[in-house]
Amino acid sequence: MGGAVRLHGPAFRVTGKSNRRGDDPPRMTRGPMLRYFLSKLLTFVPTFLGVTLVSFAFIRVLPGDPIIVMAGERGVSPERYAELVAQFGFDRPIYVQFWDYFTGVLQGDLGQSFVTKRPVWDEFFSLFPATLELSTVAITIAVLLGIPAGVIAATQRGKLFDRLLMSSALIGYSMPIFWWALLLIIVFSGNLGWTPVSGRIDLMFYFPNTTGFMLIDSLLSGQKGAFASAVSHLVLPSIVLATIPLAVIARQTRSAMLEVLSEDYIRTARAKGLAPIRVNGLHALRNALIPVITVIGLMVGTLLAGAILTETIFSWPGIGKWMVDSIFRRDYPVVQGGLLLVAVMVMVVNLIVDLLYGFINPKIRKR
Amino acid sequence: MSLRTIMTATSLVLSMASAASAQSTLVYCSEGSPEGFDPALYSAGTTFDATSHPIFNQLVEFKTGTTEVVPGLAESWEASEDGLEYTFHLRQGVTFHSTDWFTPSRDFNADDVVFSFMRQLDTEGPWYTAEGGSYVYFNDMSMPDLIKEIVKVDDYTVKFVLNRVEAPFIANLAMDFASIQSAEYADQLLAAGTPELLNQQPIGTGPFEFVMYQKDAVIRYAKNTEYWNAGLPKVDNLVFAITTDASVRYQKLLAGECHIMPYPNPADIAEMKANPDVNVMEQEGLNVGYLAYNTQQAPFDNPVVRKALNMAIDKQSIIDVVFQGSGQIAKNPIPPTMWSYNDAIVDDVYDPEAAKAMLAEAGVSDLSMKIWAMPVQRPYNPNARRMAELMQEDFARIGVNVEIVSYEWGEYLDRSKATDRDGAVLLGWTGDNGDPDNFLAVLLGCDGVGGGNRAQWCYEPFNDVIQKAKTVSDPAERTALYEQAQVIFKEQAPWATIAHSVVFMPMRPEVEGYVMHPLGGHIFTEVSLAE
Repeated sequence: MGGAVRLHGPAFRVTGKSNRRGDDPPRMTRGPMLRYFLSKLLTFVPTFLGVTLVSFAFIRVLPGDPIIVMAGERGVSPERYAELVAQFGFDRPIYVQFWDYFTGVLQGDLGQSFVTKRPVWDEFFSLFPATLELSTVAITIAVLLGIPAGVIAATQRGKLFDRLLMSSALIGYSMPIFWWALLLIIVFSGNLGWTPVSGRIDLMFYFPNTTGFMLIDSLLSGQKGAFASAVSHLVLPSIVLATIPLAVIARQTRSAMLEVLSEDYIRTARAKGLAPIRVNGLHALRNALIPVITVIGLMVGTLLAGAILTETIFSWPGIGKWMVDSIFRRDYPVVQGGLLLVAVMVMVVNLIVDLLYGFINPKIRKR
Repeated sequence: MSLRTIMTATSLVLSMASAASAQSTLVYCSEGSPEGFDPALYSAGTTFDATSHPIFNQLVEFKTGTTEVVPGLAESWEASEDGLEYTFHLRQGVTFHSTDWFTPSRDFNADDVVFSFMRQLDTEGPWYTAEGGSYVYFNDMSMPDLIKEIVKVDDYTVKFVLNRVEAPFIANLAMDFASIQSAEYADQLLAAGTPELLNQQPIGTGPFEFVMYQKDAVIRYAKNTEYWNAGLPKVDNLVFAITTDASVRYQKLLAGECHIMPYPNPADIAEMKANPDVNVMEQEGLNVGYLAYNTQQAPFDNPVVRKALNMAIDKQSIIDVVFQGSGQIAKNPIPPTMWSYNDAIVDDVYDPEAAKAMLAEAGVSDLSMKIWAMPVQRPYNPNARRMAELMQEDFARIGVNVEIVSYEWGEYLDRSKATDRDGAVLLGWTGDNGDPDNFLAVLLGCDGVGGGNRAQWCYEPFNDVIQKAKTVSDPAERTALYEQAQVIFKEQAPWATIAHSVVFMPMRPEVEGYVMHPLGGHIFTEVSLAE
């Protein structure tokens, strides 16, 4: 990752000419960028087909007959079993079931939950805004704190700040999330009473779910104090969710920066007498960003799939918990539909990351 | 009630900080989300807490805190001489909820009763599959085999005709699947082509009206101001704050974000009891955890061997280690909160030496056996693997070698039914309708062999008693029969009865009038909040 993408180049011009290091000079024209975008988009098709198949197969290879699991200790008679098998369509050949699912997906129909009997699509979109809101805030915190921390640590390599920061990052990375979340709740909600324990907004506020994003809906509601309540409910879960990405981003930024800082052109820039802030902040950081963006992209993908532990502890009604519950209940349509939607989102995020590479380093889009 | 009214009202009153305001709001930190809002489609207690208890009524109901059946939407009922016909006289002047999505044009009557059952019974009817689900509990309780027909005698009289005499039938009608729906509302939904809304926007006659549900987050209810049971419910608003983690529920209770919570962590209970801001109520759960031998295989076909093994189990250690105190030793196959529980029975004493001697006397030596450990947690067995390990140690002391096996839950349930199963199975049961028949016949009757009867135990003297108890309607006579059945059970020892869970219910001191329900439901109709 970091080693594969060694970047220098466009950010730094020593002579006023294009900064070349052996390759053709980069040109910011629309042609290559569009071709690059289309080629990336093309890889979507086989990936999408693969994901559809895997999401369909995944829940079916798990042991456990959904009908027997649903019946529990009470059991189910053979006649009733046959009736339910027919009702769920399990009596049809597996390829017919897949074909039905696949053609449904192409028409935007993901089926309906065995449990709630509601369309998977509706359930997903009633829960996804909560996941998106929380993960956006968390990743923002992680980026805004992680990158500067990594840069400072790199420039202060081996000094106290660097050591402190890297040890905290290691702790943050290895922290058991469940324990960390409960600790924060007990201290900040229980002992100090600064933040609410869980939920998305105080129960005294009640307004229609217009966008599903509590920060926006609370503003739209016009109710006094609603927005503040929504913000206060976001504090602890977003800190918890940001903990690991923050640690990873800080460490990644630091190592990428260290690599770039040892490059010749940085030495040259320094020798030219550029202010350290310009050297580190502008020239070095921009070139160090590629591996960092890769990591952020992966993190965003993971967060969008729902943060199961954080959502569970803070009673945050997102898609992570929804998917896990549905696996335990062997709710096939939800598992396969949910996996598919999450996978598509991860693919979209990866596409955006790929495009960002191309934007930051024209050499990549030329490949 | 319009959305605007609700919004205005709730925004004014829902703050727990403003408890002194005119309206009162009870916040319950529930442990999970309901699967839907039509109780007939489901069998989970979490769903019933959010549906059948607040929103609906049944013809007959369990008196809160007991398994006694009392009038609900039926004011009275009588059984025919032959026990095959039950006639219900319905309450008059009962109204269905009036909401944004439905305004009833008539009061509750016999049509609603007929609809509520026929939709589950009539496999050809439009409602049998309209909601995309199936009527699980109705089927599980064998109601389709039992009910011959349902007759509307007049607007306020309904007659159920049965195929056979079945005393527990009345208790079945108090169950959640028997919740009374509005036939008028159902007709409207069917005509509009949206029958699935019956499971999303419920209309009932119960103490609370459904207001809204935000999946996995919150359910809101408002008081049914027209409720037929005058003076109830006692709070104006009921809110379920869905909080799946038990530690977090406790923190919310402490922070005043909710008034009452179910299922605390056993490890937190001592601290809760010591905290003056928390009251903890407790009661034995309507369940039993057991170890069922395969009584069709040697040497477990010999009651002496079974009895000897039972005497080798140190149940107190199991209660301490596996239940961490939130359990009680079980001596009978039915829990102590159930009527006809035979308290005169003395449990097998824990005596490894005597057990060893009994095995030797029975000619059993170098016995090796399997114990099946469930892969899931249940109230009646929070950690089956640990329980099996403790039993393994106990049995080793009397020279019995135990191998512990486990399977995925679905497989476990399925394979453990086999009559040629190798090994004794850890399993349990939670009562459905508070009737002893629901334990003794389902789990130990001859009909259950190869099914719910994991001991594969068909013992005629026992079976005759429980079959007879099904057909007599006199409660005293039934009680005597079930007490006798428990004596036979103890002598024959098809199971080692291990534990009944103890259920704890922590709540804030201002909560008044909460009564724990032996059937496990959480019911807030009679709860009020002190100022």
